[in-house]
Amino acid sequence: MKKSKLYPWYFALGAILLYTALCVVPGIIGIGYSFTDWSAYSKEVNFVGLDNFKKVFSADDNYLGYIKNTLLFTGVTTVAKTGLGLLLALALSRNVKAKNFHRGVMYMPSVLSVLIVGLVFTSILNPKTGFLNELLRGIGLESFTQKWLTDPAIAFGSVMGVDIWRGTGYIMTILIVGILAIPNVYYEAASIDGASGFQKFKSITFPMLKPTLAVTIVLNVLYGLKVFDLVYVLTNGGPGHKTEVMYTAVFKQFSQGLYAEGTTISSVMFVFMVIIGFFMIKILTKDEVVE
Amino acid sequence: MNARHKKIVNYGLKNILAWIISLIMLIPLTLIVINAFKPAEECFTMTFALPKNITLENFSTVIEKGKLGRSFLNSLVYASSATVITVILGSMAAYVFSRRRGKAMNAIYMYLVLGIVIPINYVALMKVMQVTHLNNTMPGIILLYGAIQLPFTVFLLYGFVSKIPTDLDEAAIIDGCGPIRLFFNIILPLLKPSLITAAVLCFLNTWNEFVMPLYFLNSSEKWPMTLAIYNFFGQFEKSWNLICADILLTCLPVIAMYIICQKYIVGGSTAGAVKG
Repeated sequence: MKKSKLYPWYFALGAILLYTALCVVPGIIGIGYSFTDWSAYSKEVNFVGLDNFKKVFSADDNYLGYIKNTLLFTGVTTVAKTGLGLLLALALSRNVKAKNFHRGVMYMPSVLSVLIVGLVFTSILNPKTGFLNELLRGIGLESFTQKWLTDPAIAFGSVMGVDIWRGTGYIMTILIVGILAIPNVYYEAASIDGASGFQKFKSITFPMLKPTLAVTIVLNVLYGLKVFDLVYVLTNGGPGHKTEVMYTAVFKQFSQGLYAEGTTISSVMFVFMVIIGFFMIKILTKDEVVE
Repeated sequence: MNARHKKIVNYGLKNILAWIISLIMLIPLTLIVINAFKPAEECFTMTFALPKNITLENFSTVIEKGKLGRSFLNSLVYASSATVITVILGSMAAYVFSRRRGKAMNAIYMYLVLGIVIPINYVALMKVMQVTHLNNTMPGIILLYGAIQLPFTVFLLYGFVSKIPTDLDEAAIIDGCGPIRLFFNIILPLLKPSLITAAVLCFLNTWNEFVMPLYFLNSSEKWPMTLAIYNFFGQFEKSWNLICADILLTCLPVIAMYIICQKYIVGGSTAGAVKG
Protein backbone atom coordinates (compact mmCIF):
# COMPACT_ATOMS: atom_id res chain seq x y z
CA MET A 1 0.00 0.00 0.00
CA LYS A 2 1.23 3.49 -0.75
CA LYS A 3 2.47 5.64 2.12
CA SER A 4 -0.02 8.38 1.33
CA LYS A 5 -2.93 5.93 1.73
CA LEU A 6 -1.53 4.19 4.76
CA TYR A 7 -0.79 7.43 6.59
CA PRO A 8 -3.47 9.83 5.37
CA TRP A 9 -2.57 13.53 5.46
CA TYR A 10 -5.83 14.46 7.14
CA PHE A 11 -4.50 12.94 10.37
CA ALA A 12 -2.34 16.05 10.70
CA LEU A 13 -5.11 18.44 9.72
CA GLY A 14 -6.53 19.14 13.17
CA ALA A 15 -3.16 20.04 14.65
CA ILE A 16 -2.21 22.22 11.71
CA LEU A 17 -5.51 24.09 11.63
CA LEU A 18 -5.61 24.79 15.36
CA TYR A 19 -1.99 25.89 15.46
CA THR A 20 -2.31 28.02 12.34
CA ALA A 21 -5.48 29.74 13.47
CA LEU A 22 -4.36 30.65 16.99
CA CYS A 23 -0.56 30.93 16.77
CA VAL A 24 0.40 31.85 13.22
CA VAL A 25 -2.56 33.91 12.00
CA PRO A 26 -2.35 36.39 14.91
CA GLY A 27 1.35 36.80 14.18
CA ILE A 28 0.64 37.61 10.56
CA ILE A 29 -2.37 39.88 10.92
CA GLY A 30 -0.46 41.52 13.77
CA ILE A 31 2.14 42.63 11.26
CA GLY A 32 -0.66 44.18 9.21
CA TYR A 33 -2.10 45.98 12.23
CA SER A 34 1.28 47.43 13.13
CA PHE A 35 0.93 49.79 10.13
CA THR A 36 -2.35 51.18 11.52
CA ASP A 37 -3.62 53.32 14.40
CA TRP A 38 -5.76 50.50 15.85
CA SER A 39 -6.81 51.32 19.41
CA ALA A 40 -9.63 50.80 21.88
CA TYR A 41 -10.72 54.41 21.55
CA SER A 42 -11.83 54.55 17.95
CA LYS A 43 -13.89 52.22 15.80
CA GLU A 44 -11.94 53.19 12.71
CA VAL A 45 -8.62 51.65 11.87
CA ASN A 46 -6.51 53.83 9.59
CA PHE A 47 -3.30 53.10 7.74
CA VAL A 48 -0.48 55.17 9.24
CA GLY A 49 2.55 53.79 7.47
CA LEU A 50 5.66 53.38 9.56
CA ASP A 51 4.57 55.70 12.39
CA ASN A 52 4.42 52.94 15.00
CA PHE A 53 7.84 51.62 14.09
CA LYS A 54 9.30 55.15 14.22
CA LYS A 55 7.80 55.53 17.69
CA VAL A 56 9.06 52.19 18.91
CA PHE A 57 12.59 52.78 17.66
CA SER A 58 12.80 56.48 18.53
CA ALA A 59 14.98 57.69 21.37
CA ASP A 60 12.12 59.70 22.93
CA ASP A 61 10.17 56.67 24.02
CA ASN A 62 11.49 54.08 26.40
CA TYR A 63 11.15 51.10 24.08
CA LEU A 64 14.85 50.84 23.29
CA GLY A 65 15.43 50.59 27.02
CA TYR A 66 12.93 47.72 27.26
CA ILE A 67 14.68 45.95 24.41
CA LYS A 68 17.99 46.46 26.21
CA ASN A 69 16.49 45.09 29.45
CA THR A 70 15.16 42.03 27.65
CA LEU A 71 18.56 41.32 26.11
CA LEU A 72 20.30 41.89 29.46
CA PHE A 73 17.86 39.53 31.18
CA THR A 74 18.39 36.92 28.47
CA GLY A 75 22.18 37.20 28.56
CA VAL A 76 22.63 37.18 32.32
CA THR A 77 20.15 34.41 33.10
CA THR A 78 21.41 32.22 30.25
CA VAL A 79 25.03 32.50 31.34
CA ALA A 80 24.22 32.05 35.03
CA LYS A 81 21.83 29.12 34.59
CA THR A 82 24.12 27.33 32.16
CA GLY A 83 27.23 27.97 34.25
CA LEU A 84 25.70 27.03 37.60
CA GLY A 85 23.77 24.18 36.03
CA LEU A 86 26.97 22.76 34.55
CA LEU A 87 28.89 23.07 37.83
CA LEU A 88 26.09 21.36 39.74
CA ALA A 89 25.69 18.68 37.11
CA LEU A 90 29.40 17.89 37.24
CA ALA A 91 29.38 17.82 41.03
CA LEU A 92 26.18 15.84 41.45
CA SER A 93 26.09 13.39 38.57
CA ARG A 94 28.09 10.78 40.48
CA ASN A 95 29.09 9.87 44.05
CA VAL A 96 26.27 11.63 45.84
CA LYS A 97 24.12 10.00 48.51
CA ALA A 98 20.34 10.30 48.08
CA LYS A 99 20.91 11.63 44.59
CA ASN A 100 17.36 11.01 43.46
CA PHE A 101 16.10 13.10 46.34
CA HIS A 102 18.46 15.96 45.51
CA ARG A 103 17.68 15.90 41.82
CA GLY A 104 13.98 15.76 42.52
CA VAL A 105 14.18 18.75 44.83
CA MET A 106 16.35 20.82 42.51
CA TYR A 107 14.10 20.19 39.52
CA MET A 108 10.97 21.05 41.49
CA PRO A 109 10.94 24.86 41.01
CA SER A 110 10.34 24.36 37.31
CA VAL A 111 7.12 22.41 37.87
CA LEU A 112 5.69 25.11 40.13
CA SER A 113 3.68 27.89 38.54
CA VAL A 114 5.76 30.99 37.82
CA LEU A 115 2.97 32.95 39.43
CA ILE A 116 3.44 31.11 42.71
CA VAL A 117 7.22 31.42 42.60
CA GLY A 118 6.76 35.14 42.02
CA LEU A 119 4.28 35.60 44.87
CA VAL A 120 6.41 33.72 47.37
CA PHE A 121 9.46 35.74 46.43
CA THR A 122 7.62 39.03 46.83
CA SER A 123 7.25 37.98 50.44
CA ILE A 124 10.81 36.66 50.82
CA LEU A 125 12.29 39.81 49.29
CA ASN A 126 10.13 42.24 51.27
CA PRO A 127 12.60 44.74 52.79
CA LYS A 128 10.96 45.04 56.23
CA THR A 129 9.51 41.64 56.87
CA GLY A 130 10.96 39.37 54.22
CA PHE A 131 12.89 36.22 55.03
CA LEU A 132 16.04 37.25 53.16
CA ASN A 133 16.61 40.47 55.09
CA GLU A 134 15.65 38.77 58.37
CA LEU A 135 18.26 36.13 57.63
CA LEU A 136 20.92 38.75 56.82
CA ARG A 137 20.11 40.63 60.03
CA GLY A 138 20.15 37.38 61.97
CA ILE A 139 23.67 36.48 60.88
CA GLY A 140 24.99 39.99 61.44
CA LEU A 141 25.12 41.13 57.84
CA GLU A 142 22.77 44.05 58.46
CA SER A 143 24.64 46.18 55.91
CA PHE A 144 23.76 43.74 53.13
CA THR A 145 20.01 44.14 53.58
CA GLN A 146 18.36 45.74 50.58
CA LYS A 147 15.07 46.92 49.21
CA TRP A 148 15.33 44.04 46.82
CA LEU A 149 12.41 44.75 44.51
CA THR A 150 11.93 48.51 44.94
CA ASP A 151 15.47 49.93 44.80
CA PRO A 152 15.96 50.94 41.16
CA ALA A 153 19.62 49.96 41.25
CA ILE A 154 19.08 46.34 42.21
CA ALA A 155 15.46 45.44 41.37
CA PHE A 156 16.38 43.96 38.00
CA GLY A 157 19.20 41.98 39.60
CA SER A 158 16.71 40.53 42.09
CA VAL A 159 14.30 39.56 39.31
CA MET A 160 17.11 37.82 37.45
CA GLY A 161 18.18 36.15 40.69
CA VAL A 162 14.73 34.65 41.19
CA ASP A 163 14.74 33.43 37.62
CA ILE A 164 18.14 31.81 38.12
CA TRP A 165 16.85 30.15 41.30
CA ARG A 166 13.94 28.80 39.31
CA GLY A 167 15.74 27.64 36.19
CA THR A 168 19.10 26.25 37.28
CA GLY A 169 17.76 22.91 38.46
CA TYR A 170 16.10 22.27 35.12
CA ILE A 171 19.33 22.95 33.21
CA MET A 172 21.24 20.82 35.69
CA THR A 173 18.85 17.92 35.15
CA ILE A 174 19.27 18.06 31.38
CA LEU A 175 23.06 18.20 31.72
CA ILE A 176 23.15 15.31 34.21
CA VAL A 177 21.26 13.14 31.72
CA GLY A 178 23.81 14.23 29.11
CA ILE A 179 26.80 13.46 31.36
CA LEU A 180 25.47 10.04 32.35
CA ALA A 181 25.04 9.21 28.65
CA ILE A 182 28.80 9.50 28.08
CA PRO A 183 30.18 5.94 28.01
CA ASN A 184 32.27 5.11 31.07
CA VAL A 185 35.01 3.44 29.02
CA TYR A 186 36.35 6.87 28.01
CA TYR A 187 36.91 7.81 31.64
CA GLU A 188 38.45 4.43 32.43
CA ALA A 189 40.87 4.74 29.54
CA ALA A 190 41.76 8.28 30.60
CA SER A 191 42.38 7.13 34.17
CA ILE A 192 44.74 4.43 32.96
CA ASP A 193 46.62 7.11 31.03
CA GLY A 194 46.84 9.10 34.27
CA ALA A 195 44.56 11.99 33.28
CA SER A 196 43.58 14.45 36.00
CA GLY A 197 39.99 15.38 36.75
CA PHE A 198 40.28 18.64 34.86
CA GLN A 199 41.88 16.95 31.86
CA LYS A 200 39.01 14.48 31.77
CA PHE A 201 36.54 17.35 31.79
CA LYS A 202 38.40 19.22 29.06
CA SER A 203 38.95 16.30 26.73
CA ILE A 204 35.96 14.04 27.37
CA THR A 205 33.04 15.57 29.24
CA PHE A 206 32.99 19.00 27.65
CA PRO A 207 33.32 17.94 23.99
CA MET A 208 30.77 15.14 24.44
CA LEU A 209 28.40 17.49 26.24
CA LYS A 210 28.60 20.28 23.68
CA PRO A 211 25.42 19.40 21.74
CA THR A 212 23.43 19.19 24.97
CA LEU A 213 24.90 22.48 26.18
CA ALA A 214 23.95 24.07 22.86
CA VAL A 215 20.36 22.96 23.32
CA THR A 216 20.15 24.25 26.89
CA ILE A 217 21.52 27.61 25.75
CA VAL A 218 18.97 27.76 22.94
CA LEU A 219 16.15 26.96 25.37
CA ASN A 220 17.33 29.63 27.81
CA VAL A 221 17.68 32.30 25.14
CA LEU A 222 14.20 31.57 23.78
CA TYR A 223 12.73 31.71 27.27
CA GLY A 224 14.60 34.90 28.16
CA LEU A 225 13.48 36.84 25.10
CA LYS A 226 9.85 35.91 25.76
CA VAL A 227 9.90 36.42 29.54
CA PHE A 228 6.75 37.98 30.93
CA ASP A 229 5.09 36.30 33.88
CA LEU A 230 7.90 36.38 36.44
CA VAL A 231 8.65 40.07 35.84
CA TYR A 232 4.94 40.87 35.84
CA VAL A 233 4.37 39.27 39.24
CA LEU A 234 7.57 40.48 40.94
CA THR A 235 7.80 44.11 39.83
CA ASN A 236 5.44 44.67 36.89
CA GLY A 237 8.26 46.56 35.20
CA GLY A 238 8.86 48.95 38.08
CA PRO A 239 10.35 50.84 39.77
CA GLY A 240 10.16 53.46 37.04
CA HIS A 241 10.47 50.99 34.11
CA LYS A 242 13.81 49.77 35.49
CA THR A 243 12.73 46.15 35.06
CA GLU A 244 10.44 46.63 32.04
CA VAL A 245 10.91 43.96 29.37
CA MET A 246 9.27 43.69 25.94
CA TYR A 247 6.28 41.63 26.98
CA THR A 248 5.44 43.57 30.15
CA ALA A 249 5.42 46.65 27.92
CA VAL A 250 3.11 44.87 25.45
CA PHE A 251 0.73 43.95 28.26
CA LYS A 252 0.64 47.54 29.51
CA GLN A 253 -0.27 48.84 26.07
CA PHE A 254 -2.87 46.13 25.73
CA SER A 255 -4.51 47.10 29.03
CA GLN A 256 -4.41 50.77 28.06
CA GLY A 257 -6.09 49.99 24.74
CA LEU A 258 -3.04 51.06 22.70
CA TYR A 259 -3.32 48.03 20.46
CA ALA A 260 -1.27 49.32 17.53
CA GLU A 261 1.82 49.90 19.64
CA GLY A 262 1.43 46.57 21.38
CA THR A 263 1.13 44.71 18.13
CA THR A 264 4.10 46.58 16.65
CA ILE A 265 6.49 45.36 19.34
CA SER A 266 5.00 41.87 19.12
CA SER A 267 5.48 41.88 15.35
CA VAL A 268 9.12 42.93 15.61
CA MET A 269 9.62 40.05 18.05
CA PHE A 270 7.63 37.68 15.83
CA VAL A 271 9.73 38.33 12.73
CA PHE A 272 12.96 38.26 14.69
CA MET A 273 12.08 34.98 16.41
CA VAL A 274 10.85 33.30 13.23
CA ILE A 275 14.22 33.99 11.65
CA ILE A 276 16.37 32.80 14.55
CA GLY A 277 13.82 30.13 15.36
CA PHE A 278 14.22 28.63 11.93
CA PHE A 279 17.89 27.95 12.62
CA MET A 280 17.25 26.82 16.17
CA ILE A 281 14.61 24.33 15.07
CA LYS A 282 17.13 22.96 12.61
CA ILE A 283 19.48 22.33 15.53
CA LEU A 284 16.72 20.83 17.67
CA THR A 285 15.37 18.52 14.97
CA LYS A 286 18.65 17.76 13.20
CA ASP A 287 18.99 14.13 14.17
CA GLU A 288 15.41 13.11 13.57
CA VAL A 289 15.14 14.69 10.15
CA VAL A 290 18.42 13.29 8.89
CA GLU A 291 17.71 9.74 10.05
CA MET B 1 47.16 14.08 51.77
CA ASN B 2 47.06 10.86 49.83
CA ALA B 3 44.64 9.95 47.06
CA ARG B 4 42.32 8.09 49.42
CA HIS B 5 41.92 11.07 51.71
CA LYS B 6 41.37 13.35 48.77
CA LYS B 7 38.61 11.11 47.57
CA ILE B 8 36.88 11.16 50.96
CA VAL B 9 37.12 14.96 51.25
CA ASN B 10 35.81 15.32 47.72
CA TYR B 11 32.90 13.01 48.49
CA GLY B 12 32.11 14.95 51.67
CA LEU B 13 32.17 18.32 49.95
CA LYS B 14 29.94 17.10 47.15
CA ASN B 15 27.33 15.84 49.57
CA ILE B 16 27.40 19.02 51.64
CA LEU B 17 26.96 21.07 48.46
CA ALA B 18 24.03 18.89 47.43
CA TRP B 19 22.29 19.46 50.76
CA ILE B 20 22.89 23.22 50.74
CA ILE B 21 21.44 23.62 47.26
CA SER B 22 18.49 21.37 48.06
CA LEU B 23 17.72 23.39 51.18
CA ILE B 24 17.80 26.65 49.20
CA MET B 25 15.39 25.11 46.72
CA LEU B 26 13.07 23.99 49.52
CA ILE B 27 12.85 27.37 51.33
CA PRO B 28 9.81 28.79 49.48
CA LEU B 29 7.76 25.62 49.67
CA THR B 30 8.55 25.15 53.35
CA LEU B 31 7.47 28.73 54.04
CA ILE B 32 4.18 28.11 52.29
CA VAL B 33 3.43 24.91 54.17
CA ILE B 34 4.30 26.36 57.60
CA ASN B 35 2.35 29.56 57.13
CA ALA B 36 -0.73 28.01 55.58
CA PHE B 37 -1.57 26.47 58.97
CA LYS B 38 -1.05 29.58 61.12
CA PRO B 39 -3.87 31.71 62.50
CA ALA B 40 -3.95 35.30 61.20
CA GLU B 41 -2.39 36.93 64.27
CA GLU B 42 0.79 34.85 63.91
CA CYS B 43 1.16 35.56 60.26
CA PHE B 44 1.64 39.21 59.31
CA THR B 45 4.73 38.06 57.48
CA MET B 46 5.99 34.72 56.29
CA THR B 47 8.49 33.25 58.71
CA PHE B 48 9.91 29.88 59.57
CA ALA B 49 8.47 30.09 63.07
CA LEU B 50 6.34 27.00 63.49
CA PRO B 51 2.65 27.70 64.13
CA LYS B 52 1.79 27.84 67.85
CA ASN B 53 -1.78 26.88 67.12
CA ILE B 54 -2.28 24.79 64.03
CA THR B 55 -5.47 25.77 62.26
CA LEU B 56 -7.28 24.60 59.18
CA GLU B 57 -9.47 27.67 59.17
CA ASN B 58 -7.39 29.37 56.45
CA PHE B 59 -8.43 26.74 53.96
CA SER B 60 -12.14 27.11 54.61
CA THR B 61 -11.76 30.91 54.53
CA VAL B 62 -10.05 30.97 51.13
CA ILE B 63 -12.51 28.51 49.67
CA GLU B 64 -15.41 30.73 50.80
CA LYS B 65 -13.93 34.19 50.26
CA GLY B 66 -11.83 33.42 47.22
CA LYS B 67 -14.53 31.20 45.65
CA LEU B 68 -11.75 28.72 45.10
CA GLY B 69 -14.01 25.73 44.55
CA ARG B 70 -15.18 27.29 41.32
CA SER B 71 -11.65 28.18 40.18
CA PHE B 72 -10.37 24.74 41.07
CA LEU B 73 -13.01 23.19 38.83
CA ASN B 74 -12.21 25.66 36.05
CA SER B 75 -8.52 24.79 36.21
CA LEU B 76 -9.38 21.11 36.15
CA VAL B 77 -11.64 21.54 33.10
CA TYR B 78 -9.10 23.67 31.21
CA ALA B 79 -6.12 21.47 31.94
CA SER B 80 -7.81 18.14 31.20
CA SER B 81 -9.67 19.28 28.07
CA ALA B 82 -6.59 20.96 26.63
CA THR B 83 -4.57 17.85 27.42
CA VAL B 84 -7.01 15.53 25.63
CA ILE B 85 -7.14 17.79 22.55
CA THR B 86 -3.38 18.23 22.41
CA VAL B 87 -2.52 14.59 22.91
CA ILE B 88 -5.01 13.28 20.34
CA LEU B 89 -4.31 15.86 17.62
CA GLY B 90 -0.61 15.88 18.43
CA SER B 91 -0.12 12.13 18.27
CA MET B 92 -2.04 11.86 14.97
CA ALA B 93 0.07 14.60 13.43
CA ALA B 94 3.36 13.27 14.81
CA TYR B 95 2.49 9.82 13.45
CA VAL B 96 1.85 11.03 9.90
CA PHE B 97 4.93 13.30 9.87
CA SER B 98 7.18 10.63 11.24
CA ARG B 99 5.95 7.88 8.90
CA ARG B 100 5.79 9.80 5.63
CA ARG B 101 8.87 12.00 5.72
CA GLY B 102 8.47 13.36 2.20
CA LYS B 103 9.86 16.78 1.48
CA ALA B 104 6.45 18.42 1.83
CA MET B 105 5.65 16.58 5.06
CA ASN B 106 9.01 17.52 6.58
CA ALA B 107 8.38 21.14 5.70
CA ILE B 108 4.97 21.06 7.40
CA TYR B 109 6.53 19.36 10.42
CA MET B 110 9.12 22.15 10.65
CA TYR B 111 6.36 24.73 10.29
CA LEU B 112 4.51 23.21 13.23
CA VAL B 113 7.57 22.79 15.42
CA LEU B 114 8.52 26.41 14.76
CA GLY B 115 5.68 27.09 17.19
CA ILE B 116 8.02 26.15 20.05
CA VAL B 117 10.00 29.25 19.21
CA ILE B 118 7.68 31.92 17.88
CA PRO B 119 6.07 34.26 20.35
CA ILE B 120 2.31 34.75 20.53
CA ASN B 121 1.09 38.16 19.39
CA TYR B 122 -1.46 38.49 22.20
CA VAL B 123 -2.87 41.77 20.94
CA ALA B 124 -3.69 40.47 17.47
CA LEU B 125 -4.78 37.15 18.99
CA MET B 126 -7.50 39.05 20.81
CA LYS B 127 -8.82 40.16 17.43
CA VAL B 128 -8.87 36.55 16.21
CA MET B 129 -10.62 35.46 19.40
CA GLN B 130 -13.26 38.17 18.98
CA VAL B 131 -13.92 37.38 15.33
CA THR B 132 -14.30 33.67 16.11
CA HIS B 133 -16.41 34.48 19.21
CA LEU B 134 -13.94 32.65 21.42
CA ASN B 135 -12.90 35.63 23.52
CA ASN B 136 -13.85 35.33 27.19
CA THR B 137 -15.27 31.82 26.73
CA MET B 138 -14.20 28.52 28.26
CA PRO B 139 -13.95 26.67 24.92
CA GLY B 140 -11.83 29.55 23.64
CA ILE B 141 -9.28 29.26 26.41
CA ILE B 142 -9.20 25.46 26.03
CA LEU B 143 -8.54 25.66 22.28
CA LEU B 144 -5.89 28.29 22.93
CA TYR B 145 -4.09 26.05 25.40
CA GLY B 146 -4.33 23.19 22.93
CA ALA B 147 -2.86 25.33 20.16
CA ILE B 148 0.13 26.56 22.16
CA GLN B 149 1.00 23.08 23.47
CA LEU B 150 0.76 21.32 20.11
CA PRO B 151 4.20 22.23 18.72
CA PHE B 152 6.15 20.76 21.64
CA THR B 153 3.84 17.75 21.91
CA VAL B 154 4.28 16.91 18.21
CA PHE B 155 8.04 17.38 18.54
CA LEU B 156 8.14 15.06 21.56
CA LEU B 157 5.92 12.34 20.06
CA TYR B 158 7.62 12.44 16.66
CA GLY B 159 10.76 11.00 18.24
CA PHE B 160 8.81 8.23 19.96
CA VAL B 161 6.78 7.24 16.89
CA SER B 162 10.01 6.86 14.93
CA LYS B 163 11.04 4.09 17.33
CA ILE B 164 8.02 1.90 16.49
CA PRO B 165 9.05 -0.38 13.61
CA THR B 166 7.09 0.03 10.38
CA ASP B 167 6.97 -3.77 9.90
CA LEU B 168 4.07 -3.68 12.33
CA ASP B 169 2.10 -1.38 10.04
CA GLU B 170 2.62 -3.67 7.08
CA ALA B 171 1.59 -6.75 9.04
CA ALA B 172 -1.57 -5.00 10.24
CA ILE B 173 -2.47 -3.89 6.72
CA ILE B 174 -2.03 -7.41 5.39
CA ASP B 175 -4.41 -8.56 8.13
CA GLY B 176 -6.97 -6.13 6.76
CA CYS B 177 -6.56 -3.11 9.05
CA GLY B 178 -7.52 0.31 7.64
CA PRO B 179 -5.38 3.37 8.37
CA ILE B 180 -7.67 4.54 11.16
CA ARG B 181 -7.77 1.20 12.94
CA LEU B 182 -4.05 0.80 12.41
CA PHE B 183 -3.41 4.05 14.25
CA PHE B 184 -5.94 3.75 17.06
CA ASN B 185 -5.71 0.00 17.73
CA ILE B 186 -2.07 -0.74 17.02
CA ILE B 187 0.08 2.38 17.19
CA LEU B 188 -1.59 4.28 20.04
CA PRO B 189 -1.37 1.42 22.57
CA LEU B 190 2.33 1.08 21.78
CA LEU B 191 2.80 4.81 22.32
CA LYS B 192 1.19 4.70 25.76
CA PRO B 193 4.24 5.64 27.90
CA SER B 194 5.05 8.54 25.59
CA LEU B 195 1.44 9.66 25.57
CA ILE B 196 1.47 9.72 29.36
CA THR B 197 4.61 11.86 29.28
CA ALA B 198 3.05 14.28 26.82
CA ALA B 199 -0.22 14.37 28.78
CA VAL B 200 1.42 15.01 32.14
CA LEU B 201 3.53 17.87 30.77
CA CYS B 202 0.53 19.34 29.01
CA PHE B 203 -1.64 19.15 32.11
CA LEU B 204 0.99 20.74 34.35
CA ASN B 205 1.75 23.54 31.91
CA THR B 206 -1.91 24.40 31.53
CA TRP B 207 -2.58 24.15 35.25
CA ASN B 208 0.31 26.52 36.01
CA GLU B 209 -0.33 29.04 33.23
CA PHE B 210 -1.94 32.40 33.87
CA VAL B 211 -1.02 34.69 30.97
CA MET B 212 -3.77 33.50 28.61
CA PRO B 213 -6.59 34.05 31.13
CA LEU B 214 -4.99 37.38 32.06
CA TYR B 215 -5.48 38.52 28.47
CA PHE B 216 -8.58 36.64 27.41
CA LEU B 217 -10.84 35.94 30.39
CA ASN B 218 -12.51 39.02 31.87
CA SER B 219 -15.13 37.41 34.05
CA SER B 220 -13.91 36.13 37.39
CA GLU B 221 -16.23 33.12 37.41
CA LYS B 222 -14.20 31.68 34.52
CA TRP B 223 -10.79 32.24 36.12
CA PRO B 224 -8.49 29.31 36.81
CA MET B 225 -6.73 28.90 40.16
CA THR B 226 -3.64 30.87 39.16
CA LEU B 227 -5.49 34.02 38.19
CA ALA B 228 -7.82 33.70 41.16
CA ILE B 229 -4.83 33.58 43.49
CA TYR B 230 -3.25 36.57 41.83
CA ASN B 231 -6.42 38.55 42.32
CA PHE B 232 -6.78 37.28 45.87
CA PHE B 233 -3.22 38.43 46.57
CA GLY B 234 -4.20 41.92 45.44
CA GLN B 235 -7.11 41.99 47.91
CA PHE B 236 -5.49 40.36 50.94
CA GLU B 237 -1.89 41.47 50.53
CA LYS B 238 -1.18 41.39 54.26
CA SER B 239 -2.90 38.07 55.03
CA TRP B 240 -0.08 35.71 54.19
CA ASN B 241 -1.78 32.87 56.04
CA LEU B 242 -4.65 33.03 53.54
CA ILE B 243 -2.37 33.49 50.55
CA CYS B 244 -0.28 30.52 51.63
CA ALA B 245 -3.35 28.34 52.07
CA ASP B 246 -4.44 29.44 48.63
CA ILE B 247 -1.07 28.66 47.09
CA LEU B 248 -0.89 25.31 48.83
CA LEU B 249 -4.25 24.26 47.38
CA THR B 250 -2.99 25.17 43.90
CA CYS B 251 0.36 23.46 44.33
CA LEU B 252 -0.90 20.22 45.87
CA PRO B 253 -2.09 18.62 42.62
CA VAL B 254 1.13 19.71 40.92
CA ILE B 255 3.37 18.35 43.64
CA ALA B 256 1.40 15.12 43.91
CA MET B 257 1.65 14.71 40.16
CA TYR B 258 5.35 15.54 40.25
CA ILE B 259 6.07 12.95 42.92
CA ILE B 260 4.05 10.24 41.15
CA CYS B 261 5.11 11.04 37.58
CA GLN B 262 8.60 12.42 38.15
CA LYS B 263 10.07 9.99 35.66
CA TYR B 264 7.69 11.06 32.90
CA ILE B 265 8.05 14.77 33.61
CA VAL B 266 11.83 14.84 33.77
CA GLY B 267 12.15 12.34 30.92
CA GLY B 268 9.77 14.30 28.71
CA SER B 269 11.24 17.70 29.26
CA THR B 270 14.79 16.50 28.78
CA ALA B 271 13.96 14.38 25.72
CA GLY B 272 15.05 16.13 22.59
CA ALA B 273 17.64 18.10 24.53
CA VAL B 274 19.85 15.09 25.07
CA LYS B 275 20.78 12.80 22.24
CA GLY B 276 22.63 9.98 23.96
